[in-house]
Amino acid sequence: MPLPLADTQFVEATWIMIAKSIVIFAVIFGILPILTVVERKLIGRFQHRYGPNRVGPFGILQPLADVGKLISKESFRPENAISTLFILGPLLPVLSGVLALAIIPWGDTQMGVGFYGIDVPIGILYFFAVGSIAFYGLLLGGWSSGSKYSLLGAMRSAAQLISYEVSMGLALLGVIMMSGSLSLVSVVHSQGGIWFAVPQFVGFIIFLLAGFAETNRTPFDMPEADAELVQGFMTEYGGMRFGSFLLVEYMEILVVSGIAAAMFLGGWMGPGPSFLDPIWMLIKMLALVLVFIWVRATLPRLRYDQLMTLGWKVLLPLATLNVLVTAVLVVTT
Amino acid sequence: MSHERKQRSGDVYDPRTAPYLDSIEVVEVQRGPEPGGLGGAYRAFGETLRGLKTTMSRLIEGPMTIEYPEEKTPVYPRFRGRHKLHRFEDTGLEKCVGCSLCAAACPADCIRVVAAENIPGERVSAGERYAAVYEINLSRCIFCGYCELACPFDAITMGHDYEMADYDRTDLIFTKEMLLSEPIERTPLKAEGE
Repeated sequence: MPLPLADTQFVEATWIMIAKSIVIFAVIFGILPILTVVERKLIGRFQHRYGPNRVGPFGILQPLADVGKLISKESFRPENAISTLFILGPLLPVLSGVLALAIIPWGDTQMGVGFYGIDVPIGILYFFAVGSIAFYGLLLGGWSSGSKYSLLGAMRSAAQLISYEVSMGLALLGVIMMSGSLSLVSVVHSQGGIWFAVPQFVGFIIFLLAGFAETNRTPFDMPEADAELVQGFMTEYGGMRFGSFLLVEYMEILVVSGIAAAMFLGGWMGPGPSFLDPIWMLIKMLALVLVFIWVRATLPRLRYDQLMTLGWKVLLPLATLNVLVTAVLVVTT
Repeated sequence: MSHERKQRSGDVYDPRTAPYLDSIEVVEVQRGPEPGGLGGAYRAFGETLRGLKTTMSRLIEGPMTIEYPEEKTPVYPRFRGRHKLHRFEDTGLEKCVGCSLCAAACPADCIRVVAAENIPGERVSAGERYAAVYEINLSRCIFCGYCELACPFDAITMGHDYEMADYDRTDLIFTKEMLLSEPIERTPLKAEGE
């Protein structure tokens, strides 16, 4: 059994850390705008239409047009909003998303450089810790807007995120027990034989479902609920502050996909030489992102009580049972 | 479902109080299984997968939209688009004789005709008179085709052109010269049996 914690003796030079963070940042922020246009195009295809194809070849420059529009808009603030918190609202989720990017493992330690942001000893707990900051952003943003729709949306989102965070943690517990480690790098290492998606299939499904809820995606886009709550907590936001909420949604999708790929789909494992590892990780992440888009194109939004029922009465007992069975099997074998 | 008269046991049938019992339109409501429980969860999961399959097959089928400005929907031969005025092909004279029947038939009152006498030597139309002014205000036209029906000489017909948007209302008053000339862009026509 490996140590339950990551290798804390492994230290890198500061300039390598800075270079790594810049590369991760650049890659993810290069993918994000493409992801927005890919999502819109794919949703179009799922509905027998083309999606955006006017700006640039195949509509690839659409995000530029979108961002240009959002930036050129006035950053207004409602009269009865609480100024500081209103501005802080969209910033906290960005912070949380960027922080969570750090622990996604893109590859093993090669030539004295770890192909990951950091391999923190607490590993996956770090993901839950920084991921939870995001919904302070939603809550503060919704509450400080001074609008009933925003407040309702924020309340819903808080209730939803709390409910699903529990199932998400329990779903990952099975994997942690099987690998015997919290560190994502050693979790990936222990998937050399078989990906955890196979023995932990229930956990994988629960994690994905909870992931949809955590990222406020359909069928759990209750906080936004653009049809009934006029974008929920984002109602009073406009311009780039609204844009940053959207940006964060995609970043969270990438983060959740990354964690799911590392925990369940063998992370960077794949055929070919070791320098292809980050590519494999990226492919698995993007495949999971496609699942997110596919589900969004398919399922309608759940009603609030159905959402809670699913979270507390189906996913939580299922996740607990999964943990129980895994624990018994891990101890006996 | 049987079309026999349905009567519950013990009920005394009275057509005044319960006329629907006599009707064959009484339909028994098909109810699905009760929601919830293990069966409900299983069914929900199965239906979700079925939904995912449906959307994926839409993706594989590919888009069915028509990319409008580049690709135009073909219209039927009897499509009522922008009007056309006609000339005789052999002599080149206008068919319109300025009788104003189209203007009289127009329910939207959008046609204005001012007739004038043909001068021998410089004939404009085949008849005694011709339309000195022939204007259609397309911003008022409802494309009903009554002008076409009213015309005794088939001088005005409804064409196939439907792209008439403009920036200025005055540009939508089409004069005789505009109506006589061919439209700049031809609208595709549906082929036989399409």
